[in-house]
Amino acid sequence: MNNNRAFANEAGPQLKTRPMAAVAILAGGLIVLALGIAGSISVGAADISLSTVWEAIFHFDANVNQHQIIQELRLPRALSGALVGASFAAAGAIMQGMTRNPLADSGLLGLNAGAGLALALCFAIVPSLPFSSLMLYSFLGAAVGAGMVFGIGSMARGGLTPVRLTIAGAAVSALLIALAEGVALYFRIGQDLAFWYAGGLAGTQWLQVKMTFPWIAGGLAAAIILSRSVTLLSLGEEVATGLGQRTTAVKIACMLVVLVLAGAAVSTAGPIAFIGLIIPHVARMFVGVDYRWIIPCSAVLGALLMVFADIAARMINPPYETPIGALIALIGVPFFLYLAQKEKRVFS
Amino acid sequence: MTSIPSNHMERRKMARAATVMAVLVILIGTAFIISMNTGHVKLTPVEVWNTFWGNGTDRQELILFDFRLPRIVLSILVGAGLAVSGCILQGISRNALAEPGILGINAGAGLAVVLYISFFSMNTAAPVFFLPVFALIGAGLTAALIYILSYSRQRGLSPTRLLVVGIAVAAGISSAMLVLTIRLDPMQYQFVSLWLAGSIWGSNWNFVLALLPWLLVLLPLVFLKARVLNVMALGEHTASGLGAHVERQRLILLAMAVGLAGSSVAVGGGIAFVGLIGPHLARRIVGHQHQYALPVSALMGALLLITADTLARSILQPAEIPTGIVTAIIGAPYFLFLLAKSKS
Repeated sequence: MNNNRAFANEAGPQLKTRPMAAVAILAGGLIVLALGIAGSISVGAADISLSTVWEAIFHFDANVNQHQIIQELRLPRALSGALVGASFAAAGAIMQGMTRNPLADSGLLGLNAGAGLALALCFAIVPSLPFSSLMLYSFLGAAVGAGMVFGIGSMARGGLTPVRLTIAGAAVSALLIALAEGVALYFRIGQDLAFWYAGGLAGTQWLQVKMTFPWIAGGLAAAIILSRSVTLLSLGEEVATGLGQRTTAVKIACMLVVLVLAGAAVSTAGPIAFIGLIIPHVARMFVGVDYRWIIPCSAVLGALLMVFADIAARMINPPYETPIGALIALIGVPFFLYLAQKEKRVFS
Repeated sequence: MTSIPSNHMERRKMARAATVMAVLVILIGTAFIISMNTGHVKLTPVEVWNTFWGNGTDRQELILFDFRLPRIVLSILVGAGLAVSGCILQGISRNALAEPGILGINAGAGLAVVLYISFFSMNTAAPVFFLPVFALIGAGLTAALIYILSYSRQRGLSPTRLLVVGIAVAAGISSAMLVLTIRLDPMQYQFVSLWLAGSIWGSNWNFVLALLPWLLVLLPLVFLKARVLNVMALGEHTASGLGAHVERQRLILLAMAVGLAGSSVAVGGGIAFVGLIGPHLARRIVGHQHQYALPVSALMGALLLITADTLARSILQPAEIPTGIVTAIIGAPYFLFLLAKSKS
């Protein structure tokens, strides 16, 4: 009885799409994002006024110290924050739609841990590896992690249920993190790796922005192209097949996009969990069930969350930076618990 | 609480459990001897024997009594504690995948220990004895949080929710831990990171003495509760139908499981999956009756951890890897295998 009512409440408003709301979120989100990036550039160890920020970007003068700070430190950091947030959120949205799993997130499904192990191996064996190869290895690691979680989850009788995926994700992550820890302790790179694991944008350079930008932009574009198919998949495999979709091909394409987005994001900012979990839910709440709107809105909102979390990470305890992964977990864990509470039909 | 075997079946089960326990004790003894001989400095069994009875050189005595023996004893104790804790948790939640590690109880104990270490130095002997107390507080608070969040008034304690909530709480705690560890100075960091990875290698007799009283009190108490666990395993309604105060008994048992896990984690560090595999193998061999499954779990856990510890010391010689990493590498695949086999 109770269950039915919950389902009805949920199904009622959710089976709508609200394109107007989506357009409003996209437009408003981009404006706020621009303000956020400007704010992120102006706050920090040395506070810089917004007018100087404007000047530094549009009338750069190499002799002005503050312009140097902005161009070399603050601007790449703010931009990569936006890119990373957008990637995590879009990857989460695709995974949630594709697997029909409200708890899907690259951090919870082993992708981040896999990329982490790959990077630990890179740091240990070839410390001088250039960033471009680091990024490729991190794609590979993410693929291994995801492959294990989905492989084991689908081997089970009764198939790939959300709970099973989440539990398999936790166990696979435990395994991969244990291996990474072993590598770190053996090669004595522990605290370096801990900083990276904590996640953060400190020390981001133009190089990283330039390297990841094409991948992330390509990944986001592909995500938007695939978004119609993701909507069909989210209605269930039978529906998608019935409407003439080649589900296997679509799933493989989706997975590749997710790996590229999550891998690029992890290699820049570390394994930050929960962005990919929270943001798609928020987007769905505003714009309805159509992934053609959910995915772009998730990207914008994810970028917003990351840019503002990065500002908060620098403001809470200056001059130290609070690990951004921990800050987001502060919102993410209660949100996860709330979802687990709400989605009763998934957990009973 | 031993009852007179009522029939033939019961007697056969008892005989089987007794045989299994005897075999496990012999295996632990064998592992003990092998473990004594394993390490950077080789000691032959004869040398170990002689040293054991006081006829060795000073150097041999130092290695045996101050380095190897406490570590081996500690891994036996920690293994037994974690496995029994896991056995209780699986019994009361009726979930084959329950385990103090995956449920986040270890993480809670870990957070308390990291807090403790960041305020006090680990140089003096006294703090070691307070370590289990702090870990217990952490483990207890975490368990209470998980219990409250996964308990629903209509349905009682849902086994799957328990796991999912545990995973989320563990994720939250580890990120809090990350914030703390990054601020530690390198010396403290080294200690904490090794401890978190489940390293038994810094152990000395103080750690053994800190853990032993907890186990000596809690293990017999748990064994006395075996029959209650049997009834609980039948399900909430059947159990209350049979006259068990389900809620009260469950809380008592949960407190015991938390006590065992917390004190074991305090000295052994974040050792995951022993609490899962130990009870599983035990149930597979002696069945689901807890009067047999509990003691066999304890022995099985001890055997597993002493083996894992010996492996940890010998795989990458002369370097040692933390035992928790070995148990995770062995245990996680086993967990995933169980998951793949489970019905939805």
